[in-house]
Amino acid sequence: MSAHADTHAHDDDHGHHHKETFVTKYIFSQDHKMIAKQYLITGTIMGVIGVLMSMMFRMQIAWPEQPNVLFEALLGKWAPDGVMDADIYLALVTIHGTIMVFFVLTAGLSGTFSNLLIPLQIGARDMASGFLNMVSYWLFFLSSVIMILSLFLEAGPAAAGWTIYPPLSALPMAQGGSGMGMTMWLVSMAIFIASSLLGSLNYIVTVINLRTKGMSMTRLPLTIWAFFVTAVIGVISFPVLLSAALLLIMDRSFGTSFFLSDIFIQGEVLHYQGGSPVLFEHLFWFLGHPEVYIVLLPALGITSEVIATNSRKPIFGYRAMIASILAIAFLSTIVWGHHMFISGMNPFLGSVFTFTTLLIAIPSAVKAFNYITTLWKGNLQMNPAMLFSIGLVSTFITGGLTGIILGDSALDINVHDTYFVVAHFHLVMGISALYGMFAGIYHWFPKMFGRMLNKNLGYVHFWVTAVCAYGVFFPMHFIGMAGLPRRYYTNSNFPLFDDLANVNVVITIFALIGGVFQIVFLYNFFSSIFYGKKAEQNPWKSNTLEWTTPVKHIHGNWPGEIPHVHRWAYDYSKPGHDNDFVPQNIPLMDGEEELQH
Amino acid sequence: MTALLTIIILVFISVAIWQMVKIFDLAQAKTENTGVATDKDNTVNGYLMMGFLAFIYIITIVCFVKWGDLPLMSNSASEHGPTIDNLMIISMVIIFIVQTITQFLLHYFAFKYKGEKGKKALFFADNNKLEAIWTIIPVIVLAGLIIYGLNTWINIMGVDESDDPMVIELYAQQFNWKARYSGADNTLGKANVRLIDIDRANILGLDEADPNAQDDVITTELHLPVGRPILFKMRSQDVLHSAYMPHFRAQMNCVPGMITQFGFTPTVTTVEMRDTPQMQEKVTRINNIRVEKSKALIAKGEDALERYEFDYLLLCNKICGKSHYNMQMKIIVETQEEYDAWIKEQKEFKNSLIN
Repeated sequence: MSAHADTHAHDDDHGHHHKETFVTKYIFSQDHKMIAKQYLITGTIMGVIGVLMSMMFRMQIAWPEQPNVLFEALLGKWAPDGVMDADIYLALVTIHGTIMVFFVLTAGLSGTFSNLLIPLQIGARDMASGFLNMVSYWLFFLSSVIMILSLFLEAGPAAAGWTIYPPLSALPMAQGGSGMGMTMWLVSMAIFIASSLLGSLNYIVTVINLRTKGMSMTRLPLTIWAFFVTAVIGVISFPVLLSAALLLIMDRSFGTSFFLSDIFIQGEVLHYQGGSPVLFEHLFWFLGHPEVYIVLLPALGITSEVIATNSRKPIFGYRAMIASILAIAFLSTIVWGHHMFISGMNPFLGSVFTFTTLLIAIPSAVKAFNYITTLWKGNLQMNPAMLFSIGLVSTFITGGLTGIILGDSALDINVHDTYFVVAHFHLVMGISALYGMFAGIYHWFPKMFGRMLNKNLGYVHFWVTAVCAYGVFFPMHFIGMAGLPRRYYTNSNFPLFDDLANVNVVITIFALIGGVFQIVFLYNFFSSIFYGKKAEQNPWKSNTLEWTTPVKHIHGNWPGEIPHVHRWAYDYSKPGHDNDFVPQNIPLMDGEEELQH
Repeated sequence: MTALLTIIILVFISVAIWQMVKIFDLAQAKTENTGVATDKDNTVNGYLMMGFLAFIYIITIVCFVKWGDLPLMSNSASEHGPTIDNLMIISMVIIFIVQTITQFLLHYFAFKYKGEKGKKALFFADNNKLEAIWTIIPVIVLAGLIIYGLNTWINIMGVDESDDPMVIELYAQQFNWKARYSGADNTLGKANVRLIDIDRANILGLDEADPNAQDDVITTELHLPVGRPILFKMRSQDVLHSAYMPHFRAQMNCVPGMITQFGFTPTVTTVEMRDTPQMQEKVTRINNIRVEKSKALIAKGEDALERYEFDYLLLCNKICGKSHYNMQMKIIVETQEEYDAWIKEQKEFKNSLIN
């Protein structure tokens, strides 16, 4: 393995003599650190768009059909006299979901931190293929551009929900957004999947082949384990969504009947025969459920690293953590049916999926308890990254627990597709993964940009976000239990729900405050890139290899030889050492034994 | 023009917030802000963690007190409803206990073990006993929940033909519901959307030649006799819909190209449900809200809202297009005699066709 790494180093030394132009350094860069930054900034911009959309439709839910100058300004013809149109409401919900799940929490999170940390933490000069890595980013960029452009279509963007179930998504006459809008959605997602697969393959190959001398799999930081397993799940499940998207394109454009049968719409019978929308649901959720873990596992990996470093303690149960990541990954591919208990599939299948789904609570519980035990008797350094990590554990527990209700097919009958579901998955994957992303940004900002973020702004950002996140999603469970369906443009046609209207106002106010306060983060982020305090080499006194590289980025990461690894990543506060951290590249002392983890 | 002005104002507001954050930022330029937490930061944030724990508890209590007495967790109107409600309550109690304890430990540890210079953390990397404990306890709890849950699920979804359930079709289309009663033979006539003939008013695509179809009855209201097992057969003519009957703890998707089913026995008539104290309280509360809203409407010169009276509802609960939010059908549960009287007034299929 070391021979491998060394020849690689040799190649890169040659590369140094080439002149870097602006284009090769900042745009078509093949350096993993630059690509990570490109992912992060694109993801952030998409995130701003996604959050703005949610603020708009939250206003519609709280004050239904009220004229709003904001709508008039931002939605144009979709808000005649400032009243939001029902079609664009569904479009906003759809694109918000798509952007947040795929563009922010998949590409923005995995793309950023897998790219940045895999080579740096395993001791590699770069990714296995810098070129594929570059292509992966630019495909992602292209798919983002197509998705954003679809917002400006005459008939509106895709509006069938982010799950795009046919026939609604397949028939242009069923909905305005199912015309060109859906075509662009599908094209954008197909490109996105290609990007994701290139990235994932690269991560897998790099982790397997390019670890430095001494970096055995059981010495890998948990971040790398999480990124590695995430990439594996991605490679298994994303192609299935691609096939679903391609079949849907065929049904839409070439007259096939994979998902459609016996349809009478707007006065005419369509020719489709023999297909089944339930097939699409199976294909979609075969990706859709693992996708939850594609979003969540990197956040949990980041949290493991941040909590251990800032507790100045080893992560508790390192092997159990790896085992639980693997168990979650395995189970995640056999639970998709819990999205389909009442889809019309055989109730016996529902029983099987209830069983596998509730099993996932076990490794999840192990993870939560291990985080809490890591805090116990620690010496907690409350850096903003640490706060977000603790926040993640909190929302992961709160959101995860209601999964016990939704995963139980009998209980799902009555809360399926209500706001209870919305509350559940926003807490357990949306907010948790977002916190993981923030924790990663606060923790590795010095590594990415060589400067520090302002911690006080970080504290303000965390506390306001934390309060607002609970303020939005906790009460939402209760309107769901009262039977309020999701994706309703207004509830005013159901007097039954009139007494829930004030809850919706409270939720929207929290959402608006939380949304606006993200400006604090954006300011901190963009101004610190240029004006932040200069960072030290290892500001958080961390053990992992990335902090042995110079602050100023160089090609090939280490100026000399790649450091060798002699211990695991979690020798914090180890008895017998003067410092409360022992980086991985420090050889064992005389008589010191490596922990049998 | 207003649009442009609004955008300009929005931009100004964003710039103003940005500048305020900047002032906050610059005000600390002279202080020693290295970006790494100090002991003071650890202490302050430690206390805030306890404050946040209190916030989580308060929001939980407020939600339960204000909205916890949900008509949808008690007051079910079907035979299987109470079993779902029991399971729900048991699950909620377990969740509540676990949530309260784990959130306490998490935030309390964050407060108790806040960092101090010179202190060293405990080197505690592993403990198989602890790991085993928090693997086995969830296994036991979940095993219980799985067994109870599956038992409930199988009882609900299994259709017992010996009960001689009354067969009713629920037919979904953008954006309304129809019900089709199977008539005296209790057998639905064959149907396919390809047979729809609007000119002859054969709107559900029944096979006109099928003898079973002749006495079928198509209605826009769903009347159910109390105490009689009902087997619903769902169909959709265009896109996915979901027949959601929350008061009966019943839901099933309507899928074009296939027939899905869900069965239950209604146990409480509409009149009885209206008379329960819980429902009366809810209706009063809703009507007070509607009176308040009406005042604002009347001031604007619009009509006041109608008084609300409780009715069971069938809602569409699967995104189905523009008017998804208004796809509903009234359900009336009544005594057998009332039902018989009502169904007699409805036109049978063979008499409803236009020649």
